[in-house]
Amino acid sequence: MDEASAPLRGVATLKTRTANPGTMHGAGRWWVLAAVTIGLLLFLAPFVLAFFNAIKTPDDYAAHGPLAIPQSFDLSALTAFWTNVDFTRKLINSTIISAATAVFAVLLSLLNAYAIGIGRIKGGSKILILLLIGIMIPQESLVYPIYYLSKSVGLFDSLWAVIIVFSVLQSAFGTYLLASVMTTFPREIIEAAEMDGATNWQILWTIVVPVLRPTLSVLATFFFIWTWNEFLLPLVLLASNNNQTVSVSMGVLNGQYVSTPTTTAAAALLGIAPTLIFFLIFQRTLTRGVVVGAIK
Amino acid sequence: MANSIERARGQAGYWLYLIPGAIGFVLIIFLPFIMNTGLSFSRWKGIGLPKFVGLNNYIKLINDAAFWASLEHTVAFVVAMAVIPTILGVFLAAILFDYISARFGEGLSSFFRAGFYLPQILPISAAGILWGWILNPFGVLNSILEGVGLHDLAQNWLGDPRLAIGAVMVVMVWLQLGYCLVVFMAGLARVDPSLNEAAELDGATWLQRFWTITVPLLKPEIFVVGLTTTIAALKVFAPIYVLTSGGPDNSTLVPSYFSYYHFFATNRVGYGAAITTAQMLMTIVLGIIFLRVQAHQTENGA
Repeated sequence: MDEASAPLRGVATLKTRTANPGTMHGAGRWWVLAAVTIGLLLFLAPFVLAFFNAIKTPDDYAAHGPLAIPQSFDLSALTAFWTNVDFTRKLINSTIISAATAVFAVLLSLLNAYAIGIGRIKGGSKILILLLIGIMIPQESLVYPIYYLSKSVGLFDSLWAVIIVFSVLQSAFGTYLLASVMTTFPREIIEAAEMDGATNWQILWTIVVPVLRPTLSVLATFFFIWTWNEFLLPLVLLASNNNQTVSVSMGVLNGQYVSTPTTTAAAALLGIAPTLIFFLIFQRTLTRGVVVGAIK
Repeated sequence: MANSIERARGQAGYWLYLIPGAIGFVLIIFLPFIMNTGLSFSRWKGIGLPKFVGLNNYIKLINDAAFWASLEHTVAFVVAMAVIPTILGVFLAAILFDYISARFGEGLSSFFRAGFYLPQILPISAAGILWGWILNPFGVLNSILEGVGLHDLAQNWLGDPRLAIGAVMVVMVWLQLGYCLVVFMAGLARVDPSLNEAAELDGATWLQRFWTITVPLLKPEIFVVGLTTTIAALKVFAPIYVLTSGGPDNSTLVPSYFSYYHFFATNRVGYGAAITTAQMLMTIVLGIIFLRVQAHQTENGA
């Protein structure tokens, strides 16, 4: 509080000669609103353009250019791209990988954090430092050995390889977050349950998990989207077309599927659409939870 | 006595919970990390046995102009992913908080916040397709420029070695702004509203309040955002892979793409490993500075 009021004192002594600051804001606020609105429209223009051009005929595009509002309505670019890259398959792969990773990573984080945060095991803080270093190691430093190991254990080009790798990588962050939440968990509740003869395992599932459920679901949402968007490791580990994710399929788009501007727009639109839908559903969770995820 | 035995038994019980996590950590992070570090001292094509060559790869690396170019471009990405989005983000957060939220309601400012955050949740590869479509020689941007009669300004944005890095930087600012904005707006929620009201009554202009109240108050957030985005800038890969493949003429080459290229295109695995090790050392040094300064800050704050 003391610190917070220090700048105020600085301002208070400025005492500039002003007539009435209120009136200026009365008119000025509309200019600010207009400026921010124009800024946002320009910022989001790429999405709108992709949408407009994905539903045009190539002739319409050629005649009126990319900025014109569609004069025609044609889904053939979208359907052509969808069938050419077998987009259904990509969606299924991405969903399986992201959902399984979210579940496993939350479970791993929960178990680790329970031992460190509630169990207060010796060396817990050292484990956290180790995990933090693990988080900071760039994936590039792990990618070749992981590629090599996955080949030698027969998991190369399997969805499982990606699920296992990301469950562990995401759980490093999840453990770090959940452990700090669990250290603030009221001890009396745990001790009371221990008095009643509850085992560690029972305490975890009947007391800790129900209390932490909101945090766990935010964490799972983040793991899902982070995994959905991951690029380098799935690119390396999933070689065959049939196993690729949405994100990887966008990166390796072959020229033949995006030879015209309208099919490229369609490709971009389809790549964006799934996460756009998650965003609309989880908007609040994501924009609030990002503060929690700031360390990542 | 009985109590302490009980305690010990309880502690041992908790250790069991670490087993799955520990196995995962060893197999997916620790072992690959040790292997990669070892490989950086070897010559290896990915088959047979690696041949120990000492510091050879590192010596080659220091004399490789492409490596130094990739570091130079990393600085450009720190500017595009950390410096510019942080500055823009603080400014925009303050405008949304002081004007839009205070005078038009919180709903509208949340709407703007969500809008600017949108690029953050896209697969970067999909964002890359979108921007490739806009920036290619026959793309949207050039159509606009030609449409308004500025034919001379139309360029091969991603294909010209002088322009490509700038074009990719613009895309990165677009991707990163939302993250900075959201963190700063959450930070602004801590501000005591009476602080701003008092300053306003005293006749301080918005800019004066911005510099004397908003920026000092957001210091912890600016610090965290600055460092996390800097670390992200050191590992940028997907935008380069999708937009330019490091080209033209290595003009957008970055360490991550450089190592990927040697791992999987030239099969010079040892050399690729040396690149990633150098890259990782830079990241860890940054991370240690981050933790030190943060610890120092919280100590002073308490």
